[in-house]
Amino acid sequence: MEFFRIRRDIPFMRYALVFNVISVVTFLLAVLFLALRGLNFGVDFRGGTVIEVAYGHAVDFTRLRGAVDTLNLGEYSAQAFGSSDTALIRLPLREGVSSAQLSEQVMATLRADDPSVTLKRVEFVGPQVGRELYENGALALLLVIAGIMAYLALRFEWRFAVAAILANLHDVVIILGFFAFFQWEFSLPVLAATLAILGYSVNESVVIADRIRENFRKMRKASVTQVIDNAITSTISRTIITHGSTLMMVLSILFFGGETLHYFSLALAIGILFGIYSSVLVMAPLVRWLGVSREDLVKPDRKAMSGEKILP
Amino acid sequence: MNRYPAWKYVVIAIAIAIGLLYTLPNFFPEVPAVQVSTSKATIDVDQTTLATAETALRSANVPFTGSLVDATGVKIRFADTDTQLRARDVLQKQFGNDYIVALNLISSSPGWLAALGALPMYLGLDLRGGVHFLLEIDMKGAIDKAADRYTTDIRSLMREKRVQYGGVGREGQNVVLRFRDAGERTKARVEIENSFPDLVVREQDAAGGELRLVAALKPEAQKRIQDGAVQQNITILRNRVNELGVSEPIVQQQGADRIVVQLPGVQDTARAKDILGRTATLEIRMVNDDPGALEAALAGQVPFGSDLFTERGGTPVLVRRQVVLTGDRINDAQPGFDQRTNEPAVHVNLDGTGGRIFKEVTRENVGKRMAIVLVERGRAEVITAPVIREEIGGGRVQISGRMSTREANDVALLMRAGALAAPMEIVEERTVGPSLGKENIERGFNSVLYGFIVLGLFMCAYYVLMGLISTIALVVNIVLLVALLSMLQATLTLPGIAAIALTLGMAIDANVLINERIREELRWGATPHAAIQAGYERAWNTILDSNITTLIAGIALLIFGSGPVRGFAVVHCLGILTSMFSAVFVSRGIVNLIYGGRKKLDRISIGQVWKPGPPAGTPAR
Repeated sequence: MEFFRIRRDIPFMRYALVFNVISVVTFLLAVLFLALRGLNFGVDFRGGTVIEVAYGHAVDFTRLRGAVDTLNLGEYSAQAFGSSDTALIRLPLREGVSSAQLSEQVMATLRADDPSVTLKRVEFVGPQVGRELYENGALALLLVIAGIMAYLALRFEWRFAVAAILANLHDVVIILGFFAFFQWEFSLPVLAATLAILGYSVNESVVIADRIRENFRKMRKASVTQVIDNAITSTISRTIITHGSTLMMVLSILFFGGETLHYFSLALAIGILFGIYSSVLVMAPLVRWLGVSREDLVKPDRKAMSGEKILP
Repeated sequence: MNRYPAWKYVVIAIAIAIGLLYTLPNFFPEVPAVQVSTSKATIDVDQTTLATAETALRSANVPFTGSLVDATGVKIRFADTDTQLRARDVLQKQFGNDYIVALNLISSSPGWLAALGALPMYLGLDLRGGVHFLLEIDMKGAIDKAADRYTTDIRSLMREKRVQYGGVGREGQNVVLRFRDAGERTKARVEIENSFPDLVVREQDAAGGELRLVAALKPEAQKRIQDGAVQQNITILRNRVNELGVSEPIVQQQGADRIVVQLPGVQDTARAKDILGRTATLEIRMVNDDPGALEAALAGQVPFGSDLFTERGGTPVLVRRQVVLTGDRINDAQPGFDQRTNEPAVHVNLDGTGGRIFKEVTRENVGKRMAIVLVERGRAEVITAPVIREEIGGGRVQISGRMSTREANDVALLMRAGALAAPMEIVEERTVGPSLGKENIERGFNSVLYGFIVLGLFMCAYYVLMGLISTIALVVNIVLLVALLSMLQATLTLPGIAAIALTLGMAIDANVLINERIREELRWGATPHAAIQAGYERAWNTILDSNITTLIAGIALLIFGSGPVRGFAVVHCLGILTSMFSAVFVSRGIVNLIYGGRKKLDRISIGQVWKPGPPAGTPAR
């Protein structure tokens, strides 16, 4: 079996402008949604209480709301979670009420209303912790960007570092754009997924950068465009297969992992899909646009690679 | 050319053997058990304890299936949870209050595995159920309390040294004294500096000619108080946790002013929260027994400088606002009996300063009542209000009279609980019910399993034998990863299981990369042996690069992540490391084993290699 039988180099660079326009448009759309709707931050970042309860039967939300209403907890929400017999109640932060009391109060009320209810999960995050988690998330993002850029700059050349990080940040923004558009809940695991995708997508850029460098060395007469086209063409098969196989695992998490991992795997899936596109079709034009040339890569590289065996 | 020296095979074999050994304990199911341990340093839990436990169970006719003694205590296994519950009651009765008898689930893996240190993976709270709390200590409150204490201490010092002063009180976190005479002020300053080296004293002349002396805590003393507050709170939390009888509790400091409490497997989360969430402080104050004052207060006219509280049991008590002693002056409170009357009593042990103050106060107030007030979240309750019979010196106080044994127990417990140095607040809570934990394990396991099956089938179909080898390498990867997690006893969470799945998906990248390279080499006419050689060698750089970038993201998450994210990051990082070993080293080993021995190799089973016709426009290599 062989899926990809490409006879000639696909002239990706000829359509570079088209790809760039597509990415700029999706990027701007994502930014627009982020600006207009914002992220629907989960309890991890915003603070508050989430209570997951299960009933022995399908949840009667009118009764549940009626029971919770008697507690006067302000603006809360109650919705089905996963299956029809599970409900998720979100309570806002309140001054002077400890989480322990709050969740116990709610449970006591619900139990009085319907004894079949059982507590599955409580999450409470205080305002100060929420802010810290938010700050730590931002710091983690910055560290990943700085670390990857430093590594790529060291390993290749600054143009690759800039191009790769721009291409992959564009993925991150698009993932966030999806979360803003659909108002999916942005929680800590989703942040972890986003950062993992950032690290993963860079792989593709690395593979292509590697090929471009190799081609510069081998294809002495070819133009920069030809070199890049050939690099993309010869790696496209493995790019799609590797992303496809990772996507299989992610879809397995999405289908079997349950509600808790739903948005986590969704973020991964979006990231992987856009990762194929961005690392190939965003990064490469960016590299050319930044003006990479044979001399940039081959000369210093020879010295560095002198100990390595160069195969025919 | 495609041969490994023998030592490489030995390395692979050893790695797989160790991997299998440490993965093994995870296959044994968990069985109900009862754990007997102690929090008292003076008591040893050893073979004798085990023998006592076994005898007690035998005489009560409770069958058990196994037992062992380890660092955490005596563990006895039972066939089912009913027997386990019965056994707990029997053992509780047998061992009494000095021991913690807790329900537990332990692995049924044989003893020799445990002896090798091969334990099952340590499951996080989201997988086994339980409670996680992050408590924050109110450091401002701790300093305020210290200032309060110094106010009282300075007042008695002034009296003792016969310094004439106009008044003393706390303003913010400073103690301020007022004087009419500058000479007295200097004298006071010298005395305070001599007695309390932790204070910085400075003279200040307020508007209107008032002479003031301001005493503030030195920064290093503040830090010491804060550290002390954290330590004391940790000790108190440990004691409270022990009351709950949890098998593997965690009480740890996190950062400067926070404490993490994790109680895995706790079923009754409400009770746990109730006991832990009790943020109580204890104060001893004098009762206002002025004639008519209580009646006036009940009528709504609370006299100035007094508070109206209710005693446990409902009797109203009018208490003076001035605090005689705070809970942190109490070293210990234990239930016991009055030696003369044999009535139940509570023995309270005060520290040096506490004892001195107590002596003074009791001398001046014989025949009056003092109230022990427990303040919980601004709500005050009088635990007991005994009459002072005589002057009490030496810091050993006995509270007795009209008390049952149970009440004495309660009062002692409340006093100990109230001896917190600083108030705490729950700033984060994650409670997972036991049923959700089981569901989560199942879901996580299914995601890995089904994903793996699909991936394996695809690899075998697309790359045939090379695909099968990649799949075997992937299995080795899972085994090594699980073994590593078991060995390190790293906490496995649901996002951690997701990370296993994700890591497998990413690990196969390396094999895809290698196989594609080999095909490519074959396409350009390389001999099979050369293609294998070149495929592995050339792919290696790329694999290294891509794993390093992924690792950078993983490490960033590890540094800044908390809770669920850290669980993800740990597995992710470890998985990247094991995948480099298995995907490159192990899979190459298998390939070499299969193909390396053949001198004349015509073809590699890597699926169809499509060869284009004479390439037009493709640059010459």
